[in-house]
Amino acid sequence: MSIDKQDVQKIAHLARLALTEEDAVQYQHSLSSVLSLVEQMQSVDTDGITPLSNPLEMTQRLREDEVTETNQRDAFLANAPQTEAGLFLVPQVIE
Amino acid sequence: MFEQSIATLAQQLRNKEISSVELTRLFLQRIQALDPQLNSFITVSDELALQQAKAADLAIANGDSSSLTGIPIAHKDLFCTQGTLTTCGSKMLNNFVPPYESTVTQRLQQAGAVMLGKTNMDEFAMGSSNENSHFGAVKNPWDVNKVPGGSSGGSAAAVAAGLTVAATGTDTGGSIRQPASFCGITGLKPTYGRISRFGMIAYASSLDQGGPMAKSAEDCAHLMQAMAGFDDKDSTSSETPKEDYLANLNAPLAGLKIGLPKEYFGEGLDAKVADTIMAAVKEFEKLGATVKEVSLPNLQLSIPAYYVIAPSEASSNLSRFDGVRFGHRCDDPKDLLDMYTRSRAEGFGTEVQKRIMVGTYALSEGYYDAYYLKAQKIRRLIKEDFVNALNEVDVIMGPVAPTTAFELGSKTNDPVAMYLEDIYTLSVNLAGIPAMSVPAGFVDNMPVGLQIMGNYFAEAKLLNIAHQYQQNTDWHLQTPTMAKGA
Amino acid sequence: MNWEVVIGLEIHTQLSTKSKLFSGAAVGFGAEPNTQTTLVDLGMPGALPVFNKEALRMAVMFGHAVNAEIGMTSVFARKNYFYPDLPKGYQTSQMDHPIVGKGYLDVTLDDGTTTRVGITRAHLEEDAGKSLHEDFQGMTGIDLNRSSTPLLEIVSEPDIRSAKEAVAYVKMIHSIVTYLGICDGNMAEGSMRCDINLSLRPKGQQEYGTRTEIKNVNSFRFIEKAIYTEIERQADILEDGGRIIQETRLYDPEKNETRSMRSKEDANDYRYFPCPDLLPVVLTQEYVDQIKANLPELPNQKAARFQSEYKLSEYDAQVLSASRSMAEYFEVANKVNQDPKLTANWVMGELSKLLNQSQLEITQSPVTANAFGELLARIKDNTINGKTAKDVLQAMWQGEGSADEIIDAKGLKQVTDTAAIESMIQSILDANSAQVEQYRAAEPDKQKKMIGFFVGQVMKASQGKANPSIVNPILAKMLKG
Repeated sequence: MSIDKQDVQKIAHLARLALTEEDAVQYQHSLSSVLSLVEQMQSVDTDGITPLSNPLEMTQRLREDEVTETNQRDAFLANAPQTEAGLFLVPQVIE
Repeated sequence: MFEQSIATLAQQLRNKEISSVELTRLFLQRIQALDPQLNSFITVSDELALQQAKAADLAIANGDSSSLTGIPIAHKDLFCTQGTLTTCGSKMLNNFVPPYESTVTQRLQQAGAVMLGKTNMDEFAMGSSNENSHFGAVKNPWDVNKVPGGSSGGSAAAVAAGLTVAATGTDTGGSIRQPASFCGITGLKPTYGRISRFGMIAYASSLDQGGPMAKSAEDCAHLMQAMAGFDDKDSTSSETPKEDYLANLNAPLAGLKIGLPKEYFGEGLDAKVADTIMAAVKEFEKLGATVKEVSLPNLQLSIPAYYVIAPSEASSNLSRFDGVRFGHRCDDPKDLLDMYTRSRAEGFGTEVQKRIMVGTYALSEGYYDAYYLKAQKIRRLIKEDFVNALNEVDVIMGPVAPTTAFELGSKTNDPVAMYLEDIYTLSVNLAGIPAMSVPAGFVDNMPVGLQIMGNYFAEAKLLNIAHQYQQNTDWHLQTPTMAKGA
Repeated sequence: MNWEVVIGLEIHTQLSTKSKLFSGAAVGFGAEPNTQTTLVDLGMPGALPVFNKEALRMAVMFGHAVNAEIGMTSVFARKNYFYPDLPKGYQTSQMDHPIVGKGYLDVTLDDGTTTRVGITRAHLEEDAGKSLHEDFQGMTGIDLNRSSTPLLEIVSEPDIRSAKEAVAYVKMIHSIVTYLGICDGNMAEGSMRCDINLSLRPKGQQEYGTRTEIKNVNSFRFIEKAIYTEIERQADILEDGGRIIQETRLYDPEKNETRSMRSKEDANDYRYFPCPDLLPVVLTQEYVDQIKANLPELPNQKAARFQSEYKLSEYDAQVLSASRSMAEYFEVANKVNQDPKLTANWVMGELSKLLNQSQLEITQSPVTANAFGELLARIKDNTINGKTAKDVLQAMWQGEGSADEIIDAKGLKQVTDTAAIESMIQSILDANSAQVEQYRAAEPDKQKKMIGFFVGQVMKASQGKANPSIVNPILAKMLKG
């Protein structure tokens, strides 16, 4: 299984990763080799097998509907690259 | 002193033969002296450690102590520690100071353990050699030209070199067991859900599990006493009551049924490593265990299944690193898209970006069924293999890795070759069962780990088996030459 | 061309839990930015979600209310996309296994006809935060207070055929969720938001035309107007031989038009997969049955009861039960005066008029249901007549006191003393002997018209306090002579 450079750029865009032309060539090779590796799954017949997403097959626990947290805005904003008036700032979002 | 067990140190602390402050200073000095050769720590938290040591001494003086009170330990740098830098081995988080404490570190802190610092790791726990760290590769204390294994390579190297009494690690596809094997220490990956993942920066949520790394099974048991147990902040945390991990360490092994999966001893396994493992198995027979062959027929499929499931979950888990609320943001973004794509491309290393892209691809429209869903079905086959085998035997034994630690840089150009070496560890995470790596000998002066795999929530049993082995062998007591230098 | 409009609606209903869907932060509107957030809502590294019990209960209640299958095993899935107000880079939602499956709702239209709208599903999901586009050094501000607020997204089948039906359906959903107490129904604060999927097809054609999706419409009136304008826009394009582009559009109430949200993204690929941080939600039959057994009375059931218990007309029963608070007001007032028809007329008439004028909800009425009931009791026992009652209500509205206090203070009590009325009438007849003559000479059906003059005179003399039901027979008898 191999993918082309365009595929790589498409995936990189979905994943929001800026790739140079050079990067794209590199990743084209490395992704193709991983995809070939995983390709061997296709030889196995898995009809009728239920997918397993949690190894213990547990079910969801429920939390009481209670407010347990208090305002910690200052602590939470401390790691942000840019803030103002209690808001996280990002380059203008155009709707 | 640095080679002492937790039990001995705890005794000495209680007897006031040594104070926690002295013990902590000793380890801080060892880190200062030896770590430049190893690079096993990203952050050394001297001040905090000494504060905690003082508090521990006070607690001991007041008779209010546990076996971990005053014991210096280190944490893999993906456990969030409030007020202490937590990088996950990534440039993305090279300035991230968590506003909260992970459950694991909090519980160990509450038990009185002293945090020396945060250990180096493969970026976002992705790697098997610790060469994928933004903060540089970690070296193996047994041979500084060799890798310590990964992703918990910093924790393994630090324990092996006596820079800390014990450490925490995490294991998504072998990241506790393989470095433990490469560095000649004891590591336990508990059952999925046994240790809370709250505050543990996620790689692959359905596979990640924290666990102890220490010199011996007994030391691991001491850590488990504090770390394990239900946490209501983690929906995947198990409510199964935790066991007393110390109580049965000395139970005899007579009648223990050991299974040796034939798939673990086939092509690809280094012959000398195989001999070492078989010698260890012989030792168990001497202790009264019986051995039979079992089969895990879908073992080979664990590699493709893992390399679909883990990257898929990772691609989504790592989306939160977007340069908005924490972490790296590129300079002068020209617009929103530019901010996202450059911050992420600059912040993540190559292996991380690659796995994000593999996962993105595997989940994308038109491929989901063929990759993700298929991998989840294979995951069930792998789990059933273990369930069937463990119906026949009490534990399964085999190698942790096909070889001993390899040369730094020798495999960086062929990552897929490195993936293949995870063959003996990945399936355990896919099934969610517990497994250990226990020092079992040396090949060409490099340590070899024996892997012991058990049934769900059989951690106490595994620790008992490993402890009995360690009562009769001294592989775990060996110290690398460089550690003796200081 | 004769076009048929095909509409399907997605209604995002904010569940009125105390805490968020996956964290213990308070849910609320209008707090200071980022003060109602936790590690989980901010998508901090290492933070993990835990599911709110109450949100689950509310979703199951809704499922029962729309006759739906309940998802005995529901699964949270991640919807992956990047947006600054989406902190984790994915929205936790439900995809293949929603909590509420197929159901339906019978919607009564203004003309009294009923149409059935299929419910495809309703699923739980977390809300995103808010982007503030005011200028912060040329940047956008992100407030994550709303992040992880629980939403129930209710998806209808494309069964709706007009703007009126759409509005009636949304009103019905609004009425159900407020009845159930699972949503405050405050559309202005975004507690209910509606996405409209709309397409046209030639009448009689089976297959659907290409649809557009109008996002985030947040009032009944805008829903109606957005639909009208989008129908017109699509019809114009189709009539000109053009083609509809499948896209997301926004309704601009100021210009009353929809416009394309130019999607930067050529195609969205949300890469849904089951959230590995959350586990399947598995319900027991007992749990589901118990919720069903404790369901409050729903609008349709209440309307039916109002017809049978109070003998109200279907129309009155429907109007009164459309809103839970109005129905409750009616029942409390009626308990005081025991005259359902009178109470219904006054709640739907005079009270609603005053509320409208003051732009108040019935829950904010300055006259309580009890006080209102007492006022109506004074009409019923002939203390005052209807006309006076309106004045008394006005005074009550202004806070001048209870009905009895105002009647006393202003001396508005009707004259019901027969002797007093007889003597009052006698003096009027004496003073108007010519009219009395004319009356007596007239044909019976003419007399009926002429009697109005005398009634008017009596009312004038009594300053409106004479009780017409007593005045009329006495007057008729005395005019006969």
